[in-house]
Amino acid sequence: MSAPASSELLGRLAVSPARRRRDRFARGTILGATILALIPLVLIVYYLLKKGLGSWSSDFFTTDPTGNTFFKNSSIGGIKSAILGTIEIVALASAIAIPIGIGVAIWLVEYGRDSRFAHTVRFFVDVLTGVPSIVFGLFVYIVLVVGTGSTYAGYKGSIALSLLMLPVVIRSSEVILMLVPAGLRESALALGSPRWRVIFKIVLPTALPGMVTGVLLAVARAAGETAPLLFTAASTHKTTSDLGAFMNSLPVQIYSDVTSPTESVVNRAWGAALTLVVLILLLNLIARLVSRRSRLV
Amino acid sequence: MTPNRRSSPVADVDPEGRAELGTSGSEDATASRRPIVADRQSQASGATAPKSGLSVKLEGLRAFYGKAEQVKGVDLDFNANEVTAIIGPSGCGKSTMIRCINRMHEEIPGARAEGRVMLADTDVYDSAVDVVAVRRAIGMVFQKPNPFPTMSIFDNVAAGLRLTAKRGELQQKVERALRGAGLWDEVSDRLSEPGAGLSGGQQQRLCIARSLAVDPEVILMDEPCSALDPIATLKIEELIEELKQRVTIVIVTHNMQQAARVADRTAFMLDGQLVEVGPTQDIFTKPSDSRTEEYVTGKFG
Amino acid sequence: MEAASVPGGDRTLLVRSPLARLPDRLLKYGLTVLAALILALIVYFFVRLVGQARPAFAHAGVLGFAFDNNWNPSAGHFGALPLVVGTLITSTLALIIGVPVAVAAAIYTTELCPKRLRTPLTVLVELLAAVPSVVYGLWGIFFLAPKLRGAEQWVADRLSFVPFIGGGLVTIPNLFITGLVLAIMILPIVSAISREVMSTVPADHKEAALGLGATRWEMIRIAVLPYCRSGIVGGAMLGLGRAIGETIAVTILIGDSPKLADHLFGQSYSLAAVIANEFGEATGTHRSALFAAGLVLFVLTLLVNGLARFFVIRASRATGPPRAENHSSGGGAMLAADTVVGA
Repeated sequence: MSAPASSELLGRLAVSPARRRRDRFARGTILGATILALIPLVLIVYYLLKKGLGSWSSDFFTTDPTGNTFFKNSSIGGIKSAILGTIEIVALASAIAIPIGIGVAIWLVEYGRDSRFAHTVRFFVDVLTGVPSIVFGLFVYIVLVVGTGSTYAGYKGSIALSLLMLPVVIRSSEVILMLVPAGLRESALALGSPRWRVIFKIVLPTALPGMVTGVLLAVARAAGETAPLLFTAASTHKTTSDLGAFMNSLPVQIYSDVTSPTESVVNRAWGAALTLVVLILLLNLIARLVSRRSRLV
Repeated sequence: MTPNRRSSPVADVDPEGRAELGTSGSEDATASRRPIVADRQSQASGATAPKSGLSVKLEGLRAFYGKAEQVKGVDLDFNANEVTAIIGPSGCGKSTMIRCINRMHEEIPGARAEGRVMLADTDVYDSAVDVVAVRRAIGMVFQKPNPFPTMSIFDNVAAGLRLTAKRGELQQKVERALRGAGLWDEVSDRLSEPGAGLSGGQQQRLCIARSLAVDPEVILMDEPCSALDPIATLKIEELIEELKQRVTIVIVTHNMQQAARVADRTAFMLDGQLVEVGPTQDIFTKPSDSRTEEYVTGKFG
Repeated sequence: MEAASVPGGDRTLLVRSPLARLPDRLLKYGLTVLAALILALIVYFFVRLVGQARPAFAHAGVLGFAFDNNWNPSAGHFGALPLVVGTLITSTLALIIGVPVAVAAAIYTTELCPKRLRTPLTVLVELLAAVPSVVYGLWGIFFLAPKLRGAEQWVADRLSFVPFIGGGLVTIPNLFITGLVLAIMILPIVSAISREVMSTVPADHKEAALGLGATRWEMIRIAVLPYCRSGIVGGAMLGLGRAIGETIAVTILIGDSPKLADHLFGQSYSLAAVIANEFGEATGTHRSALFAAGLVLFVLTLLVNGLARFFVIRASRATGPPRAENHSSGGGAMLAADTVVGA
């Protein structure tokens, strides 16, 4: 037997009460903060549902806003033009941003790689990521509204949104493309396949699920943006499919309703907000499901 | 080894009780109560203060990862102040086994252990025992040198100390640990430089110093030299030879020559079980089990 | 396969006909031009923005614009200091409140929580990013602000001796609420990056700390947090950049008082909000001043984001030998940064 007994030794070496307290306290605080982080989400969802569901009705989705925000007794309408407008504007924005974004990503990964020029491009894409959304609206305004002397239009809003989506699409696509194993490319090239074939037949299909995820997330983001649309697509009440004219959109509709003194208008804002959030969550959900099918991530 | 004549602040010290632990002279009682004064002599001579390690006994140790049993009932003694090597082919469970000794095994999700691991006379798995205390008393050196990358050399060694020690003692304890690891001369002038800036061998000795700083009774080494060059390996083997006077050492190695060089006793494990254990000489020259013989003569593994 | 042998000579060379090489060259040059166009576009926008902002700078001087404390468009004064200050106060508030909570959530999900809770918790925090900015504004002004008003007034009354915080009447749009909502908005991004960085801490270091007899929290303190310092700072800066540029939620929640902010629980203004509110009807120099505000905003976010990227990159390279997955681990963090954003 050793003296003192090893149990005494171990007893002495055990964690002091002070240390144990500190450990418990730290872990408790961390847990508390985590719960704190989740509370807003719960509250937002709860409030959205509580105030928004009440506004939902078939009329809500099938009638245009009437533009009346003052008179209590007249109808205020629904949000049809807003929903359709968002879909159209975002669809056009995606049609612009996705091919360009993926194209640039392909260039970065397959051709530019580590060159100085590629680094410059990456730097500028980084710059683009940080630009506040309202500045994109300003950009497009300067070039397309002031510049041409013409007025607001749906497609101009799309362009502003596509600028917003571009860096997200480029970055996420770039990351995914880089995850495609070099060996895959090399074995195809070694078989004598030309580079463009390798890219389109091998690299892109492998990267597809991951890229779709990134794209969907970019779309979800664009759908929720208000500021870029304020001075580009502006707003209107009627449903229109003419992207060359003023066009309504969900975020802008909500924004203009928020400041109204009429309660029913504010309620409509909640209903529209719920609609928008559901739309975005759907996109996120699909993005997540798609990413599960990716063999890369 | 200069005997320490100062009596420790701890009242009931039984010098005779220490006799069987193989060190000369009387010592003070416990790791954590070592008087600093006593170390002046050892600092001057560069030798380590007299201290003894404790023995470890494995009784029916079984280790699981989920349902898979990696260590299948091992009874093994590690004598105090001796170096015991554990050899065996990859996957035989030797790393898992020693990680059970300082209860690191249970850190892996889904992993658990059964049986008893006795540190001298206490089962470290006893519910009354604090796992932190176990790890304090049983230190570990890992396969890949892993000094904390954001810390200086000094801070690395002091890391364990800072958890409990008072501010004033750090300087001396760090120096003592670095001397104990044979690193003091090489780094004494650059203690504030990052630990990750040292060579591989130095980093590993830094990790040894880090473990030594908290005065453990046992040091577990999991293939400590496998990532190092031969010269660094040699230095560490010399170090082990010195260190065993202070602590009990258990070293897992896949290098049989190393086991032959440093270990007093060697244990051969195969497939989660202890095949044979005995004085190193015997294991390598006249093993009793045919499997041992096949392994040490290189027929497999 | 496009191959043709070249006749003559001892060897047969496999050479592709020029026609066959065309798609490759088209692709390569086409994409290169595309990339160059993006660059040109950004530069062009910047130049045009500066152009539009010029009259305002001419009117008040660049420094005058940024530092004059007098935003009174109808009187022809365009000193943007109140706007800048409002922007900075709300963003700083967002950082102070948001970063600790985000980092704590990241620590919890990577180090402390039971394994099966990890993904659900992560998803929940990231869901905050799916809420569009305008909905945050809506929720903030109609739910949060009224609910907290009582508490805010209590604080203002109790601390009436403290300048800026105490005294006065709590208004519904106010700086504090704006900062609070901004904090919630940057939670996902700071948390995502922190989580990314924390999950790359090598198990080695954590085991070394535990092996020394550290408690769980001590292990986090010694082995995890120092390792992640750069990354977390980078994430915080990205959150800051986001908060600075945030428009709609801020516009709704900050009010429209162009005075220099003097009360935490009072109204103020911000660069983005002033553009959103006044652009529609602004003309002439006023409009140019708004462009100038946009320019200042742009430059601010540029600086902050640049710093942020610097830190995040440093984090994925700094400690330890460079690893093969280096790019994707840095890329992982940055991808998390780019996709976990809202309006």
